[in-house]
Amino acid sequence: MLDLLNKHEEFKISYSFSGVILEQFEEFMPSVLQSFRDLVDTGKVEILDETYYHSLAFLHSKQEFKEQVILHNKKIRSLFKQNPSIFRNTELVYNNELANFVESMGYKGILAEGAYTPKTTSRIKLLLKNYKLSDDVAFRFSDRSWKEWPLTVNKYTSWINAVNGNGNLVNLFMDYETFGEHQWADTGIFNFLRYLPQELLKHPDNDFKTPSEAIKTYNPVAELDIHNPISWADIERDTSAWDGNDMQKSAINEIYLIEEAIKKSKDKKLINDWRNLQTSDHFYYMCTKWFNDGDVHKYFNPYDNPYDAFITFMNILNDINFRLKENNTLKKEVVV
Amino acid sequence: MKVLMFGWEFPPFNTGGLGTACYGLTKGLSKQGINITFVIPTAPKPIESDFVNLIIASCTSFLDIKRVSSLLVPYTSSEGYAKTYKSRYFNKNFGNIYGQNLFDEVNRYAMKAREIAINETFDLIHCHDWMTYLAGIEAKKASKKPLVVQVHATEFDRTGGHPNQAVYDIERMGMHAADLIIAVSNFTKNKIVKHYGISSEKVFVVHNAVEFRSFPDTEEFKIKSQDKIVLFLGRITLQKGPDYFLDAAKKVLENEKNIKFIVVGSGDMEIDMVERAAKLGIANHVLFTGFLRGDDVDKAYKMADLYVMPSVSEPFGITPLEAMRNGTPVIISKQSGVSEVIKNCLKVDFWDIDEIANKIIAVLKYNALHHCLKEHGLIEIKKFSWNDSAKKCIEVYERALNKS
Repeated sequence: MLDLLNKHEEFKISYSFSGVILEQFEEFMPSVLQSFRDLVDTGKVEILDETYYHSLAFLHSKQEFKEQVILHNKKIRSLFKQNPSIFRNTELVYNNELANFVESMGYKGILAEGAYTPKTTSRIKLLLKNYKLSDDVAFRFSDRSWKEWPLTVNKYTSWINAVNGNGNLVNLFMDYETFGEHQWADTGIFNFLRYLPQELLKHPDNDFKTPSEAIKTYNPVAELDIHNPISWADIERDTSAWDGNDMQKSAINEIYLIEEAIKKSKDKKLINDWRNLQTSDHFYYMCTKWFNDGDVHKYFNPYDNPYDAFITFMNILNDINFRLKENNTLKKEVVV
Repeated sequence: MKVLMFGWEFPPFNTGGLGTACYGLTKGLSKQGINITFVIPTAPKPIESDFVNLIIASCTSFLDIKRVSSLLVPYTSSEGYAKTYKSRYFNKNFGNIYGQNLFDEVNRYAMKAREIAINETFDLIHCHDWMTYLAGIEAKKASKKPLVVQVHATEFDRTGGHPNQAVYDIERMGMHAADLIIAVSNFTKNKIVKHYGISSEKVFVVHNAVEFRSFPDTEEFKIKSQDKIVLFLGRITLQKGPDYFLDAAKKVLENEKNIKFIVVGSGDMEIDMVERAAKLGIANHVLFTGFLRGDDVDKAYKMADLYVMPSVSEPFGITPLEAMRNGTPVIISKQSGVSEVIKNCLKVDFWDIDEIANKIIAVLKYNALHHCLKEHGLIEIKKFSWNDSAKKCIEVYERALNKS
């Protein structure tokens, strides 16, 4: 990416990291963190804010959500010397309420999945993922049964060029593991990425913008009304991958039930462990939808089945409850 | 197509999964238009009522049944046979009809099979497990028709890896004499290839099945107590891992008190297990019901909050499917064939007592887990059908006929 940024003056890119992955970079791979700092130093990279623990806290506790976003903001400021003004929620989960809440926290823009029809409300600017063009790369790039396979830079560029005249912006949002993990190196994904900017820039109407520049440059084209949370997951594009079945509902419920007690403990280690349990992946592993269809998702899953995921999660939560009780007992003893 | 089949007694007169599998498969096969002459070893019963015969006749009308008087029963051992032989010989004075030991009887049965093979017309011979293999071989010699042997269990499964040489020899002979072999799982196929010197191209996997039936939830099935119930159901033998069940029960009871562990079945380790429960100090939490059959089996599943099958080596294992059919969540040993075909269950290594205990506690403690296992298990079990197994079996028949 640094090569691309240096080679093409017009090329820009934006990243969103969870606080948890940044911690892991710091602890285990400082060189990776440094490589991202080098990118930011080009002045052409914008960092977004999200929840520190890659959680779905907004759906369950606004207070916890706010605290996690503030924690994340602090982390980004200290590591990258940037103060993000654009927010993207975990798994692009979005609804009207979130937009209003995030706006009240001072953000100027927010990202969401783009498979929806605009309708009404909200002043904060909403950037919708171009789900077709994004997923062409993220999901379909190496799919040999896809009629567009193989996807060449020329073909893809022609699709993007076709947007000129119909719209101002093509928002390509994808998981970073698209490059080298979802799509392995031998699929040609890195060469695709290497030659994409120069092909795009051949067309005089094309350029690159960071999310902040985009919302400054363009006026909203429409208003969008979304009551029920949407996301970028699965066919349903809702939150059922994380809270669709009884195990997921019960695990999430148990987590937020002890929020107050955990915070009252003022035990940093305990609070951190409890927050780590909020990471959305834990609930995703408990999903029975794709498990019974024998889906590809299991490639990223450490568990054999959703039931084992639930049992492990609940055992850890039990341990946290146990520590919480112990902690309270100790405090009482100190008071005595 | 006409098949001469050497099989075993059907439910409710069976003593284990072999009879259940024979019943399901033959019923499926006859639905697919296969004509079966079904040969069963039948011991003379002290009192054989017309009622019993009537039941047999009515539930097996799709078969042409030939009964051969014999003391063979599945799962018996040399010692077990000696006991039966002695009681029959002395009490009933049958003279020298039956073999004096198990192997004599297996040989005698094979000679009877030869007579049947000469008198019947058929296209193919199919036999189930080692006691009928010699019968199959003799029938093949007499008729020159292809032989398919089906392996429901090997001597390695039954003995925990310490096979009786004479049994092993017969199994090996049968597998080598057969034109093709049906294994009830990949787990079993691997054992056949590894231990019996058979090439894997000769072995075809036909998984067992279960037919979904819905049973009403009535008060009758409720135990009038607050205790949760964990069920073991199977022969109480080394193969089925009853000792691991009790050791896990001990661990569970160290954490949770209001649980009853029910052991259904009989077998050579029954007394040992009663003693083991006492020694572990959990006798008041463990109930032994003895052998159950028919509707009582389904009632037992219904009453239970959880079914555990901790088998040391389980070629297939139909019981978890029966439990799931009754809406009862299951924990099964990874060392089993059934774990190849079901997903909505918990899987453990049979020796991992801590993990078995962990999972028992989880299912009993978390309603959401119990509920998800139950609901998804019911959906999954409805996909099973003996017709599918029968279709695969017919493919093997056709292959065997083309081969010869």
